[in-house]
Amino acid sequence: MIIHDPIGTSGLYDWDQLVQEDKVHRLIYTDEAIFREEMRKVWGAVWVFLAHESQIPENDDFIQSKLGLRPIIVTRDSHGKIRALYNRCTHRGSTVCREAQGKAKSFACPYHGWSFFNTGKLSGVPWPEGYADDFSDQKFNLAQVPRVESYRGFIFGTLNMEAPSLEDYLGGVKGPLDEWLDRHPGGTVAFCDANRLKFNGNWKLLYDNSCDGYHVIFSHRSLLAMENRQKAGADAEKGMAFYKNSPDTAPMYLKYFGNGHHYKDKRPALEKRPGALWDIEGPHPGMEHYEEKLRAELGDKADAVLDLASSEPVNINVFPNLHILGNHVQVSQPVSLTETDTTWWGTAVVDDENELHGAVDDINALRMRTQESFPNFGELDDLMNFEQIQVGLAAEEDEWVYMHRGMGIEGRITKDENGYIVGPSTDEVFLRETMREYRRLMKAEPELTIAREV
Amino acid sequence: MSRHDPSQTSHYITNDWYQALVDGYSDWQRDEAEITDLATRDAIRRLLEKEARLLDEIRLDDWLALYVPECAYWVPATLHGGDPRREIAVCFDDRRRLEDRIFRLQNDYAWSQRPVSRTARMLSGITVYATGDDDVVMARASFYTTEFHDGDWRKYTGWYGHRLRRAGEGWAIEVKQVNLIDCDQNLRNLSVIL
Repeated sequence: MIIHDPIGTSGLYDWDQLVQEDKVHRLIYTDEAIFREEMRKVWGAVWVFLAHESQIPENDDFIQSKLGLRPIIVTRDSHGKIRALYNRCTHRGSTVCREAQGKAKSFACPYHGWSFFNTGKLSGVPWPEGYADDFSDQKFNLAQVPRVESYRGFIFGTLNMEAPSLEDYLGGVKGPLDEWLDRHPGGTVAFCDANRLKFNGNWKLLYDNSCDGYHVIFSHRSLLAMENRQKAGADAEKGMAFYKNSPDTAPMYLKYFGNGHHYKDKRPALEKRPGALWDIEGPHPGMEHYEEKLRAELGDKADAVLDLASSEPVNINVFPNLHILGNHVQVSQPVSLTETDTTWWGTAVVDDENELHGAVDDINALRMRTQESFPNFGELDDLMNFEQIQVGLAAEEDEWVYMHRGMGIEGRITKDENGYIVGPSTDEVFLRETMREYRRLMKAEPELTIAREV
Repeated sequence: MSRHDPSQTSHYITNDWYQALVDGYSDWQRDEAEITDLATRDAIRRLLEKEARLLDEIRLDDWLALYVPECAYWVPATLHGGDPRREIAVCFDDRRRLEDRIFRLQNDYAWSQRPVSRTARMLSGITVYATGDDDVVMARASFYTTEFHDGDWRKYTGWYGHRLRRAGEGWAIEVKQVNLIDCDQNLRNLSVIL
């Protein structure tokens, strides 16, 4: 039976039909009504990453973001509280903030001059004598996301009062996130500029790929060839060489934590010693010079410091929009059913306690260049493949997308001591589990609320 | 020039080199520094136009031959250019990474360039500036590049800032800075060399 495009809303769909154990229906990537429902049932109802605290370090700092398609101003208000304000004038609906990032104690609507404090509270309207109101009603204060919480600098928000706490939502994925942060001095990083990419495809195509170890040697074939073009012998183990031969027998694995979060860990392939990560780093601008300089300056301490300029070989995926890979924090943002922005925020090392013996600026100079590599030479090929999935899925009669790799093979998928699912790196179990969670969300009827200052 | 082959190792990208780059790309388009000498202007104009033609023709090895060995291709992600030691760029390639980029584009499995894009570049407003070093000049040129790829049209526009070094009778490119007017926006499949 062919499931045709709907006449009404996706409420007409049978989600047990659309998302099955081994396959999903093409409509979840191609149907406008489903996309609209996702903006509510997924992007409104779960914790969504909004910004990083290093982007708004001081009171009155703000940065624009989105919660699904809702335009949001993330502010650290004049009293130091982090808020996610709707960028939408309560008068006639215009945006009140048009700068991507900056500093403001208040936001004045350019259309009729209504002005709001960065707490969201209305500060005044022009010629108030023309209104019978006294504007004390909180309905005139900017809407804001009712629940905004941070985990170690990462700011999330949700409109769902029934959602668990952010920490409970993150659950087991906090483990790899902590490890990723803790390798840096002070257990933190600062966001800097970003490699900003986009593709003409549904947002889920990116999430589907985020823990996929199956595509690597095919989608990134040109990158693998490039990384090793000058190499021979042991040096051919650089960069993405983890994946050559059969990645399933290599010492790496993927893990599913629940709530759509998952993780791929390539670190077991590394030797456990300072400098092991640096030794497999592919070629980058300045690497030989800075390595010689740091070795001369730091001696034995140089190896551990150089590791901070190297890409940490993990993929940490927090549903629905946050991906930590290498040293990047990649944030995906739906623009429409078939357009998605993916912004790869670079991260810099912060070393307030001088744990790096004065090398922090050199390490960041290297780290900027290591980070530029994958968005330039790897991600573009993935994004092209996502776009071509969107093209292929236009074929209505060929309905199913299969994600059954690893299913039905005894002993292939196991559980760790915490009960989290573990599988070989090319397995699609992470995708099946994420889709199971997606189906649960799409069947639910979350109650979404906004808050306003009183 | 260092004693190392910049195609093999990256020794010339140092703090001093970055600092000279940042300084050289600060406040350089000053009226009093403009070179009005017709022969120099024409030599630079012809070099930039040749560069555009070689890129349109995807003669990438010939294109790179226009560059000095210790060169850079720099597409800032911020409007002001900034300091690449502290900022991620859209692209920041030294000689070796440029050769990597060309190698990848010539590889049959670079899916973002399959099919290969067709491009047409227009340059305008080429202005040449003195730097205080007789062997180095800077050039500004506005560009409009149209890309046709797999049925879609894309456009890239902004201005180039070239740093050029005297090489024999002519000039060679040391740094190409590409200032996209939308450098701080999400860009779709920027896989061609600008």
